Amino acid sequence: MSGTPLLSLAVWIPILAGFVVLATGSDRNAPLARMLALLGAVAGLLVTLPLYTGFDVTTPAMQFVELAPWIPRFNINYHLGVDGISMLFLILNSFITVIVVLAGWQVIDSKVAQYNAGFLIMSGLLNGIFCSLDGVLFYVFFEASLIPLYLIIGIWGGPNRVYAAFKFFLFTLMGSLLLLIALLYLFIQSGGSFSILDWHQLPIPRGAQLWIFVAFLIAFAVKVPMWPVHTWLPDAHVEAPTGGSIVLAAIALKLGAYGFLRFSLPIVPDAAHELSGLVVGLSLIAIVYIGFVALVQEDMKKLVAYSSIAHMGFVTLGFFMFSAMGIEGALVQMVSHGFVSGAMFFCIGVMYDRVHSRQIADYGGVVNTMPKFAAFFMLFAMANAGLPATSGFVGEFMVILGAVKYNFWVAFAAATSLIVGAAYTLWMYKRVIFGAVGNHHVEELTDINGREFLVLALLAIGTLGMGLYPQPFTEVMHSSVNELLRHISISKIQ
Amino acid sequence: MDMKSLYLLVPLAPLAGAMIAGLFCRIIPRWVAHTATIAGVAIAFFASFLIFKDVMAGNTYNGPVYQWLTSGDYRFEVGFLIDQLTVTMMLVVTSVSLMVHIYTIGYMKEDPGYNRFFSYISLFTFSMLILVMSNNFMQLFFGWEAVGLVSYLLIGFWYTRPTAIFANMKAFLVNRVGDFGFILGIGLVLAHFGTLDYAAVFAKAPSLADVTISLFADREWATVSLMSITCILLFIGAMGKSAQVPLHVWLPDSMEGPTPISALIHAATMVTAGIFMVARMSPLFELSDAALTFVIVIGSITALFMGFLGIIQNDIKRVVAYSTLSQLGYMTVALGASAYSVAIFHLMTHAFFKALLFLGAGSVIIGMHHDQDIRNMGGLRKYMPITWITSLIGSLALIGTPFFAGFYSKDSIIEAVALSTIPGAGFAYFAVLAGVFVTAFYSFRMYFLVFHGEERFGKAHDAHGHDAHEGDHDDEEVAHDHHHGLAPGQKPHETPWVVTLPLVLLAIPSVIIGFIGIEPMLFGDYFKGVIHINAEAHPAMSELAHHFHGAVAMATHALTTAPFWLALSGVALSWFFYLKRPDIPAAIKARVEPIYTLLENKYYFDKFNEVVFAGGARLLGRGLWKGGDVGLIDGIVVNGSVRLVNWLASMIRFFQSGHIYHYAFTMIIGVFVLLTLWVSRV
Repeated sequence: MSGTPLLSLAVWIPILAGFVVLATGSDRNAPLARMLALLGAVAGLLVTLPLYTGFDVTTPAMQFVELAPWIPRFNINYHLGVDGISMLFLILNSFITVIVVLAGWQVIDSKVAQYNAGFLIMSGLLNGIFCSLDGVLFYVFFEASLIPLYLIIGIWGGPNRVYAAFKFFLFTLMGSLLLLIALLYLFIQSGGSFSILDWHQLPIPRGAQLWIFVAFLIAFAVKVPMWPVHTWLPDAHVEAPTGGSIVLAAIALKLGAYGFLRFSLPIVPDAAHELSGLVVGLSLIAIVYIGFVALVQEDMKKLVAYSSIAHMGFVTLGFFMFSAMGIEGALVQMVSHGFVSGAMFFCIGVMYDRVHSRQIADYGGVVNTMPKFAAFFMLFAMANAGLPATSGFVGEFMVILGAVKYNFWVAFAAATSLIVGAAYTLWMYKRVIFGAVGNHHVEELTDINGREFLVLALLAIGTLGMGLYPQPFTEVMHSSVNELLRHISISKIQ
Repeated sequence: MDMKSLYLLVPLAPLAGAMIAGLFCRIIPRWVAHTATIAGVAIAFFASFLIFKDVMAGNTYNGPVYQWLTSGDYRFEVGFLIDQLTVTMMLVVTSVSLMVHIYTIGYMKEDPGYNRFFSYISLFTFSMLILVMSNNFMQLFFGWEAVGLVSYLLIGFWYTRPTAIFANMKAFLVNRVGDFGFILGIGLVLAHFGTLDYAAVFAKAPSLADVTISLFADREWATVSLMSITCILLFIGAMGKSAQVPLHVWLPDSMEGPTPISALIHAATMVTAGIFMVARMSPLFELSDAALTFVIVIGSITALFMGFLGIIQNDIKRVVAYSTLSQLGYMTVALGASAYSVAIFHLMTHAFFKALLFLGAGSVIIGMHHDQDIRNMGGLRKYMPITWITSLIGSLALIGTPFFAGFYSKDSIIEAVALSTIPGAGFAYFAVLAGVFVTAFYSFRMYFLVFHGEERFGKAHDAHGHDAHEGDHDDEEVAHDHHHGLAPGQKPHETPWVVTLPLVLLAIPSVIIGFIGIEPMLFGDYFKGVIHINAEAHPAMSELAHHFHGAVAMATHALTTAPFWLALSGVALSWFFYLKRPDIPAAIKARVEPIYTLLENKYYFDKFNEVVFAGGARLLGRGLWKGGDVGLIDGIVVNGSVRLVNWLASMIRFFQSGHIYHYAFTMIIGVFVLLTLWVSRV
């Protein structure tokens, strides 16, 4: 097994499968395209599983490393590797790809091959982001992954899709430019290396650290997204097809957060410490402010999009407390959010497919006609509200508990999400699911079919499993997180 | 079977039952659902009993089941702590739950959600057992939230009723306010003790008794005792779950749920979780007089003022609900007086007689064909003899009639408060004493109106208090627990044996459990090593022990004390008002209109919350959304920069006109400017 280039497989199998699916061409071959897409997605998931089973939890070093020269003239390498911070996200991403292919199975009936190919290619590119150890390689994957998502929103999206896709693209592009400048600076400063691991060891004066940190912050904050550069997300979600929303929420939002851990903290630790107050402040705004905004949304997708932003606030908050509890809690929250937000968007998709509305007011009493669905939706709503025994609880619990040690009032502000998060989730649930049958659309609803049941059950297993027994998820993180904490406690100013 | 598997069996048997009834609720017939769940709870009950005997033999246990999570230096485990306190709670929970399961067969007979209901109540039993058996704060919080979830599901069991789905959301959110404090308290424990394990925390507590922390930038005025702030935050959690003022507002509304769960969850077990928790944390609370004062004041306000509200309620379940609130206040007062064992004792007796009263009320509701208004009842004793006798027993126990269970626990509370030296105890003493009269008055008001006097049922329905439900009559499926009422001429009937058997079985402990339990539980070694009391600072319990000369002596002595005469006068007054001279209450009501309005509106707590918190939150959310996101960020910054770019582009477009003479003209001007600059430089 040691010789198998697992990471390359994880990156290229989905991309290759994507092109194969694309080759099936027009919608006459749609069933074939779906089958091939599912096959590719499952194969992609299977090759990531050995990453977990073969993972050595005792070392913080990069594992499954692959290194080959790519553009020798600029010392750019094809350098892949994972540690305890990134490994889970490859698996999560590949898992979500399977979910997405299943989610679009009967729903997408035009340009089927292109749709599935887009997701498969994106899946490979996203895997590439999580395992790149070369700055340029990372940047290429980072940017390239925008294109499929942009197309998915722009082609299969709702009526306002062009505006949303454009807003999404511009926001993230603005951040990417700053990221590129920072990477180039690091290349020059390090005497011609694009290796991220080299950059971790690079001494940088304080002033430069601050500039680099700010550049990284903007680049990653847009992706997370953090307040106040979050407004693209609700628009993008509202217009995106269900699959697009699932990937966007479950994986794409994790890229920015991952960037903080791979770039900001280890490369410019002094600036990270110095400006941690700023990030903590923005995170708390995300948690509290966005929570209240979510409360008054009329559109279910917008509501869940805002709740995503609030949940990601816990992630950035956890990172910048510089404690094992905080960072691991944040990582757990990222994985959990992958399951829960993916499931929430899928649930909304299930209803949208039947009624063609996302407005809360157009529903009411769905439980009467879709009891099985209502039960699943209840589970995920509760997970979204952070109920124990679901994955949504673990990360929030760890971050809040870590925050009490960091600063009581930070914990105080973060813990309000216990109330507000429950309020917006349950209020939506009440208006949509409970009550007497609201209108004839609801009356004509049919309960979930086998495929939808399968998707929901898979996500439910993830959500409950992680909530009941999070230890397998966190034990792989310990070495890497401890090493990261040790690393960033040492000043790089000389 | 070794003990550890037996411990595991206790929560897992009800869970298995819940899963069978829940996951297959659409497939299995009804008898499978109730057999599976009743078997699960019965197994849990008998296992608890075996564990009880084992604990009595001196075998306590504290150990992990599995490691839930590790992070940094912290370890979180799922584990069991089996001692006298745990096993008492286990017995109370499983026995009441078993009774309620049996009762449900009769009560929910016609409900389409039969299997689902059984699944929920077994799931509740599982959650509650996880809560009480925990050996650490994390798992406590687990159980804490899980019972909250099941309570939410059960209050909203009839999900088509707007009042029910409003009540369940309200219950969940108000509980979340408590949990907000609770989790911060847990966070402080973890931050300062380095662990969430009970035993380790309690062992370390005395060494941290004098630690202070600064809540604001190391300022002098913001310095507070760590133990006080921790205990108060933990107690805020208890205030949510155990419905103490001002977080009590959810409990009366929770009566929207079916009656069996009102008995099980909202009277006997879940609402006492807060009491249990504080008793469990006695080693911490003993270190902070400030926290104990807070506890006793909140408790006494709840005990007295919620009792007043019981007087004016006309819905049979709501009377019992307010009585529950008031009794929870009594337990809380006991906690504040450092009489933890008395609080647990009252918790136990209350669980039996209050479950009995609720199930009795449910039986009346069945007999009355789902009319809950006590003004439409009267004289039911003729038609429902078993319900009548058992309800009488429950009421007598509740008001503290000597030799009944409630007497021993309630009188001990009053005595303990009298002996307590904690600040606030004086007010508490007044409150609990006055509460005795109030309790007796509203309990027997209900009792007389329901079982005695003129038969008021079977008349025209315009006397109904709940007009909102009119017109539901054709909706057979959802009409349960609605105010159907008896048709004119129709008589109430006694309920089937599955309903009355639990009443009888609960009536027995309601009479005897106090007599049996008081000596070992309060003054013996029962809670030794489990509940810690700093006897020097809080001598109430040890002094109480001096005054105690056996259960019989206590009861006979009580005949000469104030509480007994207060209770008796309460009963007498309600007899006079509601049987002898029914015109008097109406006259009084007219006299004291403002007070009546205040009580009618439940001191305006609900209105306040609705306007200030719910309305305020929505207003704030809308303001932040429209003002912040849409207005400022998108409107000015994002679209503003788009407009800026557009404007720049139009400027540039203006220059790129495509006309050669424009370019030539521009070039000439440029050359001219450059020349000028060059010349002027020289």
